[in-house]
Amino acid sequence: MTVSGDITVRGKPLIELVGVTRAFKTPGGMIKAVDGVSLALGQSEAMCLVGESGCGKTTTGRLLAGLLRPTSGQLLYEGKDVWTTKGEELARFRRSVQLVHQDPYASLNPIRTVYQTLSAPLFRHKKAKGRRAAIGAATELLQRVGLTPPADFLVKYPHQLSGGQRQRVSIARALSVDPRVIVADEAVSMVDVSIRISLLNLLLALRDEFRVTIVLITHDLAVARYFARRGRIGVMYLGRVVELGTSELVVGDPAHPYSAALVAAIPEADPTLTRSKERVELRSAEVPSLLRLPSGCTFHPRCPLFEEGLCDVQVPELLAIPDGREVACHVAARERAPAAELLGVR
Amino acid sequence: MSVAALARPTMRARISGPLLSGVDFLRLLAKRPLGLVGLVGVVFFMVLAFIVPIFVPYQDAVDVTAIYQPPSMAHPLGTDSSGRDVWNQIIHGGRDILIVGFVAGFFSTLIAVSFGSLAAVAGGKVDSLISGAADFWLTIPQIPIIVVLGSILKFNSIFVIAALLALLAWAGLLRQVRAQVLSLKERDYIEAARSLDLGLFHIIFKEILPNMRSYIVIHFILAMTAAIYGVAGLTLLGLIPLSGQNWGLMLNYAYVRGALFFKDSLWYILSPVLAIALFQLSLVWLASALEDIFNPRLRSSG
Amino acid sequence: MPSKREVAQVPRLEADQVLSVRGLSIAYATRRGPVQAVRDVSFDLRRGETLAIIGESGSGKTTLAVSLIRLSPRTARITKGNILYRKDDDTIDVASLEDSDLREFRWSECAMVFQAALNSFNPVISIWEQFLDTARAHGMTDAKQVRARSGELLGLVNLDPERVLRAYPHELSGGMKQRVLIALSLLLKPQIIILDEPTTALDILTQRSIIDLLRKLREQLGFSMIFISHDLSLAAELADRVLTMYAGTVVERASVKDLFYRPRHPYSMGLLRAVPRVSGALGSVVSIAGSPPDLIHLPQGCTYNPRCPFVIDECKVREPDLLAVDMPQHDARCIRWKHVAELVGKEEAVVSEKLAAVP
Repeated sequence: MTVSGDITVRGKPLIELVGVTRAFKTPGGMIKAVDGVSLALGQSEAMCLVGESGCGKTTTGRLLAGLLRPTSGQLLYEGKDVWTTKGEELARFRRSVQLVHQDPYASLNPIRTVYQTLSAPLFRHKKAKGRRAAIGAATELLQRVGLTPPADFLVKYPHQLSGGQRQRVSIARALSVDPRVIVADEAVSMVDVSIRISLLNLLLALRDEFRVTIVLITHDLAVARYFARRGRIGVMYLGRVVELGTSELVVGDPAHPYSAALVAAIPEADPTLTRSKERVELRSAEVPSLLRLPSGCTFHPRCPLFEEGLCDVQVPELLAIPDGREVACHVAARERAPAAELLGVR
Repeated sequence: MSVAALARPTMRARISGPLLSGVDFLRLLAKRPLGLVGLVGVVFFMVLAFIVPIFVPYQDAVDVTAIYQPPSMAHPLGTDSSGRDVWNQIIHGGRDILIVGFVAGFFSTLIAVSFGSLAAVAGGKVDSLISGAADFWLTIPQIPIIVVLGSILKFNSIFVIAALLALLAWAGLLRQVRAQVLSLKERDYIEAARSLDLGLFHIIFKEILPNMRSYIVIHFILAMTAAIYGVAGLTLLGLIPLSGQNWGLMLNYAYVRGALFFKDSLWYILSPVLAIALFQLSLVWLASALEDIFNPRLRSSG
Repeated sequence: MPSKREVAQVPRLEADQVLSVRGLSIAYATRRGPVQAVRDVSFDLRRGETLAIIGESGSGKTTLAVSLIRLSPRTARITKGNILYRKDDDTIDVASLEDSDLREFRWSECAMVFQAALNSFNPVISIWEQFLDTARAHGMTDAKQVRARSGELLGLVNLDPERVLRAYPHELSGGMKQRVLIALSLLLKPQIIILDEPTTALDILTQRSIIDLLRKLREQLGFSMIFISHDLSLAAELADRVLTMYAGTVVERASVKDLFYRPRHPYSMGLLRAVPRVSGALGSVVSIAGSPPDLIHLPQGCTYNPRCPFVIDECKVREPDLLAVDMPQHDARCIRWKHVAELVGKEEAVVSEKLAAVP
């Protein structure tokens, strides 16, 4: 059992990645976009995966949604290995985990009205019989995502909606099959800054009212902090999770030097604060290519806490430390937990 | 507007209707003169080929005193080698050609679209099989095949000819449709349709193909033009033993009966040529305007 | 260079003013009629100053920025106003420049740094060729000179000239490309640099390096900078003055601290409240209600009124002028700015914290 803030994963997790690696073939050779990642999510959780480009967060999201098959490791849903199930069971999994895409301009079919987009899954999965029932169900969905008056929106085509409205329709479409997990892949990144919060609040409301687990993937730490304030943040670097814990801990007091560097580097909407903020100096600005990963801890060439003989030799495991989070750093784990209290690998 | 109101049958068009209504379409076409001319031309020839013959009987009477006469009040396009009115022959000569064009265009488009999209969406072995077949077919020289088939089969029906011409044209179109569908397949909304488990049929026919409506219509029109050239050319060359009356036959007679060598028979030769060319031109202008109209970037946003 | 006649008609700028935009309006010709993308925009830029133009979709900020160096598409036309630029002792109106004068102005007086993520490079030529092309287009024909200058500039932006000049755009990372674009803009030592979303689509650490780079370059070379962005934090980092734009016009004009701590327009206030923070208390973070404006069907009166929490009947009658507020060099286009002032006060604290108690 993992304790993180006030969210407890009781008994069996709802959905879980166990030691999952996903490799891709590129002209330069094989790369591991995701390397040995384990992540367990319970019901009604808010989890945020944060990192820069190339860290593997999008790939992890797609692995969770079953859109990509792990090269090794397992995807467990309700305890069962998804990729060994077939037929009805697999179909049920697919419906249970839905993805909301980043680009509001590509996520809806431009030649179908909102009604058509929402009614298709309703009819297909027999949630409504006949047009009247479908209109009723679609109306309810639109109300749930805050698009009112619903009747106005049902007749609209995507190009008649704003970016934020389109994202809400995408969320409504995902909801139409009663999912248990929604993976929102940078779902607010292409939406106007002034309405991002309302979309995040919508996702959080879905979690609270309908017990849907939401996984938000983002590169924006401020968004992550807001979204996961009653949940967890996972920081990823070069295909691995380097820190996993509550929003307060990871952003307020980052344990892993990479997380610390990120938090220190972000500009803030407060001139006095941001101009006087102390930065974390990294030893190198170059991000290693996934084709030639550094030995041991992949962050070691840039890490200010680098210890020769340790960090460039041994790959740090994601270890739990007393304050409830997990961190993959030899030095941080040692500093923050006397040896006797190290709880070992999950 | 209330939700109950939306459920009424009259609202069906608004809630799941076509993106472009008939009135909008005509308005957009009006802004493109060439397209409008094209539409008028197409309608004109269709009326000429299908409706006018009902009212104007075919003049079969031979009048050897009036061979290859120049245009006059009695004979607007002159007469042919047997003294028959050329204009009359033009009226009656369009039907077969247009039917072959339409049927051949329809079938080749149908085969290309269904199998092309199936290949693209299904992928794997299905794709290899269908693409392989199309590639093989593309390497077959078309005219020799028709000549060979012409000597084996009996072409007594225009529908057989149409089917044959369709068979020859589907391969190239299929590859294009497949490419187009492959690119649409990668869109986010298609991925969403897949994870919502909406089914292959729905994805192809309700999500992808409607997005290609304009593409398909334009290709159908161009397939028609190709088929018309095909049948006219083949008839002219005498490779298809067609009987009856059609523009291609007129050209064939012109060639066979030496009309090419007389200056008096100019109108006899020019008439079917112009008829075919003008009809094709109308089709192409219409297709070009349609391509413009269907381009979503030119459509106004709501 | 403009004739004496033109100079006589154009108002003169002060010695420390380098740019003055007055009443600029730009319209696009669209299928549905003309769209006013920019309406009556005025602002000044002093020597060495950094101005941030903040706005979201439909604000007109990109149209404005691109028009300052007259790179707008053919369908956009300046319908009114002047863009006054001070070169040495003369003042010219960029809005009325033609062809060869315009080419002289562009790049050597005022250069633009485009968004690296948006295909700003010709993909089939090397970076060196890009430098050479740009230099040649603006009168610098000696290849050796260009080589020396590009080497110097690339060093200035912390890139290795040997490696980068030989490379093609696709071989460079997003951050490297943005640096090259900045170096390219400095080729002819312009007085003003305009940057379009310089840090959007870049990773956090890369963003940080670009921000620090711009600061360093500004200090070393002393140019004036205008950058447009939707990212408020970028303004907080680099700007001396800020303009917020909404529906094509300026709704607030203030110093950076005034805007962030003492906004006077409901939109600026709403924007500041809508951005979540990384440090400090979460405060009250609330989105702005409603949707971005439709420039073809603008509301009657103040264009922000459908979304404004302080709207009264008078707001729907006529669009307000830019009114001076209770601080120097600070204007807001709102008749209820005093109400905003009451809520927000004058302290140097973040707006979302100040308003934490307000629903």
